[in-house]
Formats: sequence, C-alpha cells, structure tokens
Amino acid sequence: MNAHPFFLGHVWLIPLFPLLTAAAMLFIGRRLNNSAVNALCCGSVFASFIFSVGAFLQLIALPSEERLVTSVLFEWIPALPFHMLNGRLANFVADFGFQIDPLSCVMILIVTGVGFLIHVYSTGYMAHEGGYYRFFGYLNLFMFSMLILVLANNLVMLFVGWEGVGTCSYLLIGFYFHRKSASDAGKKAFIVNRIGDAGFLLGIFLTSALLGTIRFAEIGPALAAGHFAMGDPLLTAIALLFFVGATGKSAQIPLYVWLPDAMEGPTPVSALIHAATMVTAGVYMVTRTNAIYQLAPKAMALVALVGAVTALFAASIGVVQTDIKKVLAYSTVSQLGYMFLACGVGAFTAGIFHLMTHAFFKGLLFLAAGSVIHALSGEQDMRKMGALSKKIPVTYWTMLIATLAIAGIFPFAGFLSKDLILGKAYEKDALLWAIGYFTAGMTAFYMFRLIFMTFHGTSRVDHDVEHHIHESPKSMLIPLLILAGLSIAGGWLSWPEIFGGNSRFVRFLEPVIATTQLARPEPTHGPGSPHGEIYLMLLSEGLVVLGICFAWYLYIKRTELPGKIAKSLGGFYRLVYHKYYVDQLYDALFVNRAKDLGLALGVFDTTVINGVGVNGAGWLTRFISSLSMWWDTWIVDGSIRLGSRIVWLFSYPVRLIQDGLVQSYMLLIVVGLIGFLGYYFYLGHHAVR
Amino acid sequence: MNATIPTDYYLWLSLALFTIGVIGVLTRRNVIIILMVFSRMWGSVDGQVFAIFVITDAAAEAAVGLGIILAFFRNRETLLADEMDMLKW
Repeated sequence: MNAHPFFLGHVWLIPLFPLLTAAAMLFIGRRLNNSAVNALCCGSVFASFIFSVGAFLQLIALPSEERLVTSVLFEWIPALPFHMLNGRLANFVADFGFQIDPLSCVMILIVTGVGFLIHVYSTGYMAHEGGYYRFFGYLNLFMFSMLILVLANNLVMLFVGWEGVGTCSYLLIGFYFHRKSASDAGKKAFIVNRIGDAGFLLGIFLTSALLGTIRFAEIGPALAAGHFAMGDPLLTAIALLFFVGATGKSAQIPLYVWLPDAMEGPTPVSALIHAATMVTAGVYMVTRTNAIYQLAPKAMALVALVGAVTALFAASIGVVQTDIKKVLAYSTVSQLGYMFLACGVGAFTAGIFHLMTHAFFKGLLFLAAGSVIHALSGEQDMRKMGALSKKIPVTYWTMLIATLAIAGIFPFAGFLSKDLILGKAYEKDALLWAIGYFTAGMTAFYMFRLIFMTFHGTSRVDHDVEHHIHESPKSMLIPLLILAGLSIAGGWLSWPEIFGGNSRFVRFLEPVIATTQLARPEPTHGPGSPHGEIYLMLLSEGLVVLGICFAWYLYIKRTELPGKIAKSLGGFYRLVYHKYYVDQLYDALFVNRAKDLGLALGVFDTTVINGVGVNGAGWLTRFISSLSMWWDTWIVDGSIRLGSRIVWLFSYPVRLIQDGLVQSYMLLIVVGLIGFLGYYFYLGHHAVR
Repeated sequence: MNATIPTDYYLWLSLALFTIGVIGVLTRRNVIIILMVFSRMWGSVDGQVFAIFVITDAAAEAAVGLGIILAFFRNRETLLADEMDMLKW
C-alpha cells in the first residue's frame, strides 16, 4: 500500500470517518448536545471530502493508464473452490478491498462534497427536530455505506454498500416514525428494493459462475479470456439481472413506485439519498459493469428503452403534482431515466456526467424546496404558496438557477449533460431521442410550473402562516449558494468540443470504459457533423423555451386555464393525476395478492397447523396422559394403597392401646407385671404341689 | 431377746411404698405430683449400698425430670399428663 501516494494508499479512511461518527452517535449521541453532534458528523464528512479531494489530485497526477489503485485490507470471504459453468475450477474470493479509478473518484467527490453541504444544511433544517443525533447518525451511516458502494473493488462488497444504503434509506424515510405514512413509505421503499436486490444478487452469482471472478478489475480480462460472442445469452442474463437491481435502487419502471413515497422523509434526506447519491447507484453499477453490458446489446437496448420511457412517464406525472416535493421526486425518476438512456445507448460517460450535474441541481432543488417548506412552517402544497420571491430571495434565486439547470438552459450544467445524452441517443435511435427530447420540454414546463406556483403570482399562503415567513438561517443558505454555483459551472467540466472545449470530464472517465471499447464495432462521434450537433441543441433549446413560456402562460397569465384544461381532458387528466393508477394496479396485482396469500396462510395456520397439528397433538397428549393418570391412580397407587389399607386394618387393635398417655402405658406395665407375677406364683404353687 | 427387726418388715414396707408410688403415678393428673410419687417408688429399693446409689440417682432424676417438665410447660403451657398425648402420632 505504501507504494502509492498517501491519499491513494489510505482510501479506506474515507468511509471510515463517517462510520466512526455514526457509531459515536449510536452509543453516546443521546448525551451530546447539538453543536457536538454538528462538529462530529459534519467534521467526519468533511474529513472524507478532504481525503477524496486528495485522492483525486493524486489520481490525476498519475498517467491515464495507471489510474486504477486497489487496496485490499483483508480477504473477507476466503477462497472457496467451485466449478464454473464451463467446468473449470475457480476460486470464489471476496476481498474487503477498495478501488479508486476515475469513476469511483468522481463518485466519492460527489458523495462527500454534496453530502457535506447537505450535512451543513441539515444542521439548520433539523435544528428544532427531535432525535437530532439519531438523524445525523443515520446520515453518517448512509455516507459510510454509499462510500463502500462506490469504492468497492468487487461485486459482493458493492452489494454490501448497496444494502447498507437501502437500510439507511429505510431508516431515514421513516425518520418521523410516529407518522404512519412515513413508516409505511419506509417499508415500501425497503420491500420494493428487495425485489431489485434479488435480481442483482442472482446476477452476482451468475457472474461468479460464468466468469469465475467478482473483482471489477478482473471482469474485463475474464471476458476477453472467455471468448464470449456478442450477445451471449448468459451475459445478457447477467446484464438483465443487474438491471433489475438498478431499476429497484434507481427507481425505474417498473420499480419506481417507492421513490415518490420516500418524500415522507426529512427534506435533506430527499436531497442526499433520493436525489443526489443513492438513487444514482444503479447508474453507477451499470457503468461499473459496462464491460458486460457492451457484450449484451439486447440488454443495452432494454436499458435505453426503460430509461427513455421512465423519463417520459415520470415527467408526465410530475406535470400534475401539487406537492412541491412530489414534483421533484417524479423529476428525479425522470432524470434517472435520462441516465439509463445514456447507459443504454453506450454513452456511459454521459450518464455519469448527467449523474454529477443532476446531483448538483437536484440536490439544490430539494434543499431549496426544504427552505421554502421551512419558511412556510411545513407547508408542502404548491396551491398554498405563491409570491414568495421577494420574501425569501436567496432561496428563490438559487432555486431558479437549479431550475434553469434542470430545464437545460444554455450554459447551465443540465444543458451540457442532457444534450450530450440526447446527442448520443440520436446517433443510436431517433425514437429514443424523440422521447428524450419531448421529455426535456415537459421537464422545462413542470419545473417552471413549480417556480411560478411557488414564487410568483398572487399569494395563496394561509393567513396564519403568512406573517411567519422568514428566510432560512445561514447554515442552510450557504450550501444553497455553493450548489447554485456548481449548478451553473458544474457542466463546464465537460465543455463540448464544438464550443471550443475539450470534454475533459468525459475524457477523464474514458479509461473506465475504454478497456471494453474493442467490443463495440463503430466508434462514436458527433451526430453526423458538428452542424448536426448545434442543430440538435438549438432544437431542444427551442422546445425548452416553449415549455417555459407555456408554463408562464398557464400559471401567471391565465391562471384559470389549468383548471379548464384539466376539466376538458377529463378521464385522461384523472389518469395522470392518480399517477396512472400504478400503485392501485400493483396493489391489485401483487400487494393484495401477497396479503391474500398471507391471509390464506393464516387460515392454514389456524386450522391445519394450529387446529390439527398443535391442538391435535395437545389433545392426544392429554388423552394419553389421562389414561396414564387413570392407571397411575387406580393400579399403581391403588395397589400401594391397598397394601397400606390392609396393614392399617390389622393394626387396629394395636393402635387402641397406643393412646400416647404415659399413665396408661404405666398401667399396662403394672397390669402386665401383676399378670406375670400371678402366673409365676400360680406355676410355683402347682410345681410345689 | 433378739432386738433385730425381721426382714419381712422391710419387705412389707417396701411393697407398701412401691404400691403407693404406683397408684399415685397412675391416678394423678399433675405431672409434678406424678414426679413426686414416682420418687417414693425409689424408697422400695433394699440394701444399704443400694440405698446410697438410689439417693444419688433420685437427686439426678428429680433434676432431669423437673427440667423436662419446665421445658414442656414452656412449649405447651400445661402440666396435665392426659394432655401430653403427642407420642401417639
């Protein structure tokens, strides 16, 4: 390990810091005051951030082909020999090992950087909440799990982090556990994720059986050594199983239903876990295993299709939501769809680029929404907001920047990453591009609908809330400002070549993808020509501006129109408003069927297991024991009692003389003495005679 | 003449004392009285050497007997022999 520079050799410290403070919160958190909790929990994440930056700086100092540093702390699951599918003997080994390469480096910078800002924000947002130390303990535990996830050098360890973030997500969604809706949402998230995780786990097993290794660094060589054909069915199966896991964690169709409900958690949690980091784990995982995906074009096509459809589908639900956090939740699902679209068309780096910019602007959107909710004493319904821009100006301006970024206005971060994805999609399939393009318009519309309903127009705030409106404390505003800066400039890291840039970010990530580039026959370049790229950008800018204008017209100019449109659309509006009745459909198809199964098993339990089995066995035991008792009472005890009764009977005369009175014994002695003496004298007389 | 008292007289006196003792023991209810008349029975013992032994014996017996009676009274608060029937059980 010492062969590497300090930070690269001590990568394992990065997840350790938050783990230590999480443990501290667990054991002594109750006794600490809020400022001690702040110092410990924010401090540990900041330390992780410093180490991440250090690792990043030392990594880019290395030549591009050496940018993979692995440090194995110990062998977690020692070598287990087993037969691979091709009959050869292999060892199953799971290291407790960390790997740092451009991809994980980007991820740890996002996780610790955005994570630190959100920790700072939380110190303001959660200041008056109960369970303060518990919140930060969970948050730190989440940071630990997420860092394990992105730093793992093998699939099993990635899975450990994967499950860890799922657990923390569950704990934090249900943070307000006294509210039934919150605890239900936590359970829903956990259970839906289990379905995905089952797929992921099967995928790991199959990878191990097929390739004989679960180390990321060895997957590429194993694929090369195995001479797998393009579209090998087993590789496709692995890719699909992994994708099942990704749909669960990253909230894609059909497993996206938990994410909107997850908004029950505190807003910083929504920002950190359900927008910036955890939900992007699926994208990270697909990118991490891109070598397998690139040999499974059918799976890639499915990933792209699911991503595109999810993007459109979720955006359409977002258009009609009235809860400010729900809009952002569906927006997150939609943006994750873009990332999968990127992965599906082979533009993994573009997916990660969008992941990063999304972490900035969506994290900011959630934090700003939290600031709005904070200002309005907990109000989340946009119908009870309006005209807030003057009252909470910092929140307004930062949120507006994030909205411009997500809508894709040049040159904000979202524009660069989204157009990179749309450009790649266009090369692959015009239909996928069309879906993504249309979704971009809808995104602009629903995001500006949110801005206009919240900050502009006339105030619809409840009267008793109105005079409490206040701008949030500095601890909340500073993270907003920093994230706003990143939402503007974050995209410039990969300034496109046609604008004279060098796509540095994408180039930086390329080595992670390039090893398997051989598998892909056609090299990628811009859509047709640079002019085509510009043309596409102008096209999407036009649609975005149209969407914004449309939102302005409906929610500022003619505020009576949305209601009329909703009424004229009738059934279709209700369908979208009720989220396409997907929850109800799942309830009808799976949840209630599972409940029925539970009830049936319950009936089976009470009648067969309990009635026949347990109670029957009990009855039989009682019956046998009653027989045994009869035998015991009448035969065993009876024979003994008969004997004693006979002795008792025969002892009756003897008992008469034993009356316990010392004088009667004496009398008997005297009488006996006289009797004996009399007899003696009688005999004496006769003998003499 | 011969002034010695005939042996028969001793024997009859012994018999009388013993009989009085037995009757006393059998008829009285109070254990102190019983102990007292029981001591009279010792008087029926003959022989000069035996008489010496008996004096010692009787003293010991009186001490032990009174000790037992005292202990018994503390437990049962009675001195009546017909209420002392616990040996039956």
